[in-house]
Amino acid sequence: MFIPHTKAETEEMLKSIGVSSMADLFADVPEKYRFPKLNLPSGVTEMEVLSELTDYSQANEPVSELVSFLGAGAYNHYIPAVIDSLLRRSEFYTAYTPYQPEISQGTLQAVFEFQSLISNLTGMDASNASHYDGATATAEAGVMAYHHFRGKRTRIILSPAVHPQYREVLCSYLCNYENISIETGGKEKGPFENPSELIPLIDDQTALVVVQYPDFFGRIFDYKILAEKTHENGALLAVVANPTALGLIKAPGEFGADIVVGEGQPLGIPLSYGGPYLGFFATKKELVRKMSGRLVGETTDAQGRRGYVLTLTAREQHIRREKATSNICTNQGLMTLAATIYLSLLGKHGLKQIANLCYQKAHYAAQQISTVTGFEIVNKEPFFHEFVVKCPKSVEEINNDMLDNGILGGYDLGIDYPQLKNHMLVAVTEMNSKDDIDAFVELLREAGND
Amino acid sequence: MTEPTIYELSSAGRIGVQFPESDVPAFKVPDEFIRTNLPLPELSEVDVVRHFTHLSTKNYSIDTGLYPLGSCTMKYNPKINEVTSRLPGFANIHPLQPIETVQGSLALMYSLQEQLKEISGFAAVSLQPAAGAQGEFVGVKIIHAYHQSRGDFKRTRILIPDSAHGTNPATSAMNGLEVIPIPSDSRGNVDLAKLHDLCDETVAGLMLTNPNTLGVFDENVLEVIETVHRAGGLVYGDGANLNALLGITRPGDLGFDVMHFNLHKTFSTPHGGGGPGSGPVGVAPHLVDFLPAPIVSIIEEATEEIPPLYGLTIPAKTIGRVKAFYGQFGVMVRAFTYIRMHGAEGLKKVAEYAVLNANYILSRIRDKYTLPYDRSYMHEFVVEGCWSDAPDVHALDVAKRLMDYDFHPPTNYFPLIVHEALMIEPTETESKQVLDKFADALLKIAEEAHSSPELLKEAPHHTPVGRLDEVKAAKELVLCCWLPESN
Repeated sequence: MFIPHTKAETEEMLKSIGVSSMADLFADVPEKYRFPKLNLPSGVTEMEVLSELTDYSQANEPVSELVSFLGAGAYNHYIPAVIDSLLRRSEFYTAYTPYQPEISQGTLQAVFEFQSLISNLTGMDASNASHYDGATATAEAGVMAYHHFRGKRTRIILSPAVHPQYREVLCSYLCNYENISIETGGKEKGPFENPSELIPLIDDQTALVVVQYPDFFGRIFDYKILAEKTHENGALLAVVANPTALGLIKAPGEFGADIVVGEGQPLGIPLSYGGPYLGFFATKKELVRKMSGRLVGETTDAQGRRGYVLTLTAREQHIRREKATSNICTNQGLMTLAATIYLSLLGKHGLKQIANLCYQKAHYAAQQISTVTGFEIVNKEPFFHEFVVKCPKSVEEINNDMLDNGILGGYDLGIDYPQLKNHMLVAVTEMNSKDDIDAFVELLREAGND
Repeated sequence: MTEPTIYELSSAGRIGVQFPESDVPAFKVPDEFIRTNLPLPELSEVDVVRHFTHLSTKNYSIDTGLYPLGSCTMKYNPKINEVTSRLPGFANIHPLQPIETVQGSLALMYSLQEQLKEISGFAAVSLQPAAGAQGEFVGVKIIHAYHQSRGDFKRTRILIPDSAHGTNPATSAMNGLEVIPIPSDSRGNVDLAKLHDLCDETVAGLMLTNPNTLGVFDENVLEVIETVHRAGGLVYGDGANLNALLGITRPGDLGFDVMHFNLHKTFSTPHGGGGPGSGPVGVAPHLVDFLPAPIVSIIEEATEEIPPLYGLTIPAKTIGRVKAFYGQFGVMVRAFTYIRMHGAEGLKKVAEYAVLNANYILSRIRDKYTLPYDRSYMHEFVVEGCWSDAPDVHALDVAKRLMDYDFHPPTNYFPLIVHEALMIEPTETESKQVLDKFADALLKIAEEAHSSPELLKEAPHHTPVGRLDEVKAAKELVLCCWLPESN
């Protein structure tokens, strides 16, 4: 199939090498363990594999055949046709990391444009070429802050309203690392505490404060005072931001964030059962050299022609070896390209329009749900496109009924927060029409009446 | 020709895509939160399509030609993978849907875990790690957690041969372990005497790339592993070079305790200009409980009428979660497609021809390039890109000159233990004709290095840009089209 050799060519090649058979090439492998019999089904043709994979895919119920109110870190947005059409240019997707700039200018310029778009969207000075996803980008913020203070500040203050899986990943990266301690707020007031309640936790041992914007419950806070208090203590503020929301609400750079990270999936990347997604990471000029991950910079060739190269590579693992602060090697190349095309296509007007549609529809949904007996909108603060509904019975039960009616209900917050049993996190995007929302509200009403 | 940036192409008021008007009553965003300045470009759909199409033509790619980057396994990426991974039932499912609605995905992931177990000889596999580097991080973390769980806190050192992959030392440091390098012997194997000296009760483990980055299979691999095990350490296998071992031998059988796979190398998923990768981790029986959570399991066995119910479970002593959700699912679909098409026989053929191709190129050029270790190689090999009688020419020049012959250069200056290294991995998908052309180019360049070295020094001559000023890039640090004010 994908091996082009004819029998005659193979013979000729073996002869040129000076061995008499293919097996002779593997003499260094211990004989006892050489050529195991693999118990795998026989290979199939392309026609058969497509049929088999189609069967697997049809055992799923995709969001495209349902009406979805599920978000919690992955969002159902419209992806314009241009994006996949360009992503399928195989000059992009069958290339590798642009180690040879002379023949990788396509990838390099696209990454440079990605960095520019992310810097401008977040209100920061510089962005890297991406991390694996929002969760690992958040963890890398912790790693960067710890090394920024050369290990002298050992506390990370983590808001309980940061995505629970991001908090888990941050802990996997740092909990047992040297003497770092991660303090999660919300011990007294629960997960809904306000950011001001994190302030007493910040001290001169604090390296980093991490909040989400809008937070995991969809709430929008102005983190200006938190940023001031963080800086008064000499610490850094990391903001986990939703990129769609940044089309409508203030950039984190405006209220003093030092690091802005987030999940780029809403920017033209399919839901795809959780990956591949895109972690973005932006920071201030003075911290650029502390940032891990690939970076593309502009330069010129001998003739003065503009071009792009990977730069500041001396920070990276293959050069600094064990002194590097991160081992990241690949980025999410193709996903950064998707986001770059998405942001270029939507531009200033499109992103604002999408963000506004999400906002309007979510608020309509919340207003309608607030009229349903037994259900309560928990969010008191402004919110973006997600909000918390307190339900009169278990979210699982409600969602099962929803599913029978072709609706994918919201996220069951009780899974991560025991205090939030019977609380549903509802996400609304431009993909939800007024009719969808009305049908969803009607099903909640029926659920409340049972 | 220089392609303008999207910011240079922008024209105020231009719109690339329109969305429907809102169909709900208006709600006002509180003024204090409204963003007033959104510096994004304004382009039409045609602008965007032409811009990125132009950019694509400035890339070299596998679909353009041979891409012999050592240790990167740049094999042909079958087109069917791009079709299966985009099936609506895969592309449009939300990671937090109830498991009953995603049985297709879970069944596929379960099968992929089983396939990888069979191919590698490990007892269990987690698909969660996002890339090889993250797989390594997980592997070393598992080793660390294993010792800690046994109350063995003095194991703080990790042994790394100087022929290992470049990410290994940083990975160990991220886990708070001290890195102890081990030299290679005169045949490119781990220096056994040195290993014996270093193996004591402070050793957490050894990170072994086998075949290593020289492209040779360690002739003493069983003794190496046994030595570490006898000292109470565990052995981590860097699976980046697994392409050479498919159906040839199983790392689990050789005694490795844990290993990561690179689905984007071995199983043909596209490299995407630098990602996404996917780095599942396989472990021996004593480490199963430490895998990152969650993994896919059968939670209700099949009956005669009903298929099994697949679900997500958390291993008892898990090192935790290293990524949101379950891994790079779209990449898994591609790898699964590839493995299904090959079966056991097909996979073995992959390894055989990958090794054949590497040794064939070597047989064609070995008289003109210095070979630091004269023995048989696996799927890649390393030569020196320099000659004592052509003192001005370096490996970099050879690499750049290859572009003039329409080839992507090999990995250069790695591994660090070979002077002026050129690390060549052709993969199995290249025909004899392509390999001959490549070998011819290398031979011609060896000749040019002596007859007209300036041709190499000034190369490449026919690319969209010439050699770029990397010092200037690092000094001026222009990272953004809309530049923050310079220093």
